Amino acid sequence: MLLFAASRLFRALLTILFVMTFAFFVLRASGDPALLILSVDAPPEALAAFRKAWGLDQPIWQQYLAYIGHALTGDFGKSMRDGRPAIDLVMERVPATLAITLPALALKLGIGIPAGIYAALHRNTFADRMTMALSVAGFTMPSFVLALLLVLIFSVTLGWLPASGNDSPVNAILPIITLGTAGAAIMARFTRSAMQEVLGQPFVRAASAKGLSWRRVISHHALPNAAIPTVTIIGFMVGSLVAGAVVVESVFAWPGIGRLLVSAVANRDLAVVQALLMVIAFWMVMANLAVDLAYGWLDPRVRSARAGGH
Amino acid sequence: MVSAPLIAIEDLTVDFANGPHVSRAVDGIALQLAPAEALGIVGESGSGKSVTWLAALGLLPGKAAVRGSVRLDGRELVGAPPRELEAVRGKRIAMIFQDPSSCLNPVHRIGWQLGEALRLHRGLDRRAADAEALRLLDQVGIADARRRLGDYPHQLSGGLNQRVMIAMALAGQPDLLVADEPTTALDATIQAQILDLLRAVRRDTGMAMVLISHDLGVVAENVDRVAVMYAGRLVEEAPGQELFARPRHPYTQGLLAALPELTGRRRRLAAIPGTVPEPGSLPAGCRFAPRCPAADHRCAIEAPPIQSVAVHHRTNCHRQIEPGFSVWSLPKAAE
Repeated sequence: MLLFAASRLFRALLTILFVMTFAFFVLRASGDPALLILSVDAPPEALAAFRKAWGLDQPIWQQYLAYIGHALTGDFGKSMRDGRPAIDLVMERVPATLAITLPALALKLGIGIPAGIYAALHRNTFADRMTMALSVAGFTMPSFVLALLLVLIFSVTLGWLPASGNDSPVNAILPIITLGTAGAAIMARFTRSAMQEVLGQPFVRAASAKGLSWRRVISHHALPNAAIPTVTIIGFMVGSLVAGAVVVESVFAWPGIGRLLVSAVANRDLAVVQALLMVIAFWMVMANLAVDLAYGWLDPRVRSARAGGH
Repeated sequence: MVSAPLIAIEDLTVDFANGPHVSRAVDGIALQLAPAEALGIVGESGSGKSVTWLAALGLLPGKAAVRGSVRLDGRELVGAPPRELEAVRGKRIAMIFQDPSSCLNPVHRIGWQLGEALRLHRGLDRRAADAEALRLLDQVGIADARRRLGDYPHQLSGGLNQRVMIAMALAGQPDLLVADEPTTALDATIQAQILDLLRAVRRDTGMAMVLISHDLGVVAENVDRVAVMYAGRLVEEAPGQELFARPRHPYTQGLLAALPELTGRRRRLAAIPGTVPEPGSLPAGCRFAPRCPAADHRCAIEAPPIQSVAVHHRTNCHRQIEPGFSVWSLPKAAE
């Protein structure tokens, strides 16, 4: 088990290093920040001074080594726009993003899981078909379409909720609903199929044959088994808590990680984009690690395989 | 069957709805079982032998329509409310299945699963349930029972898991154990051990048993009476000795002819030509007629009634075949 955890941790670090390296080279290969930040009409001396100031005149591998070296000491560079540490710019945006993605996650799980269980238990009934039809509608609609639709209904027509900004908690409602809808739909489908799979297993019939009530068969025998595959998708959702709201934040002008990413990329603010991608990758990797540990916790077969048993 | 039957099945019919198609898995079965009796049910897969007992316990999915009557000590089970059926399952009639390793819940420990049955059926508290679980594992011949209680099903072999299933079935001290192909998924040596165990358990507890198998050999040594099913119908029923010595239905005769003999001259094993009809497209008359060497025009159009041919010996065949004569020796069969 310890060996398992250590090897997973090593792989996690490797993944983060890979993301940092990839971001570093792609960003430098895809455009010159000096031209973007100073504009194309800037005098050549100014451009040269800018490049020298940010070390962009050095050979790229030297820039890379310097970047990794600094990163190891916790220095992720400064924003080319306002000179503040990039990591600070990123971290101060995290709470705003979590303020909409965490409630959205609660919505996804709180609606998706019960709906999926209900549909599986009432398979092929009208209620099941309705739930699944809604689910298909929910996850096929692009989030920006849903966002604009909600704005049209609740802000423009009814005037109940603000269309954008972050002046009050009420502003968070539409972004949360937009984010939650697609996730709840995916969760419902996934839960339904996991549950259906389990309900067809011989041990469910055997539990009934034992004399247990249907309610207990579901709660103590079917659900703990159906939980195992759904952990994958929940982990995926947890992983996207930080970076999963780029489009929605842009539509609703919500000052979170997503909007920072869009503006930093547009501005070629190299250090900020790199810090963003590093934070996002770190969070995703941690979520994956949590999923792996959850598997062992939920499934004794996985546990003994990792312990090196049979 | 002099005493009042423990369980009496009358005209039991099970239909499965597959969209617009209805397929009949069990067609008018009548069977009785006395207390402490052991009945074997033999038939190919799809003959309805398992479905009959799943239907009796209300364990079939919703798309199955069950008609007829199953009485346990005179109380009707078909259409009984869920609460009544739950009180019968495990407590009066326990059931074990073909693949023991997938019949135990993979995420719960053996001790937990046994304890669940003991708390439910015997109202034992945790400590008493633990002690009784230990005793039950002992009774079904599991060595090192205390350690096994903490194991998960995947840590046990198929044979051990079947022993656990039997222990769990015994937890409710049932009057009847329905063993649905209990040894089919196990190795031959383990198979013999499990059958020995079932015999021992029956001797100790005096419970009745229904042994469902496609294997005549398994059934022969372990039951008092044998019922043979074919395509949803009961085709022959007799005490074991009688059935094996004087089979009267062409299908039973064919099954016996297909068994190798340990003594006597070596011979080519006879196979019954053709295949079992699909439940969706059953022949109109006798279900076996298309494969029967003795079938005549009447067999093709009229379903034969089940009738007595000797004491405790019933069969459903128009041809009234004499004891000792095998239809498989007819020239038509040798073609």
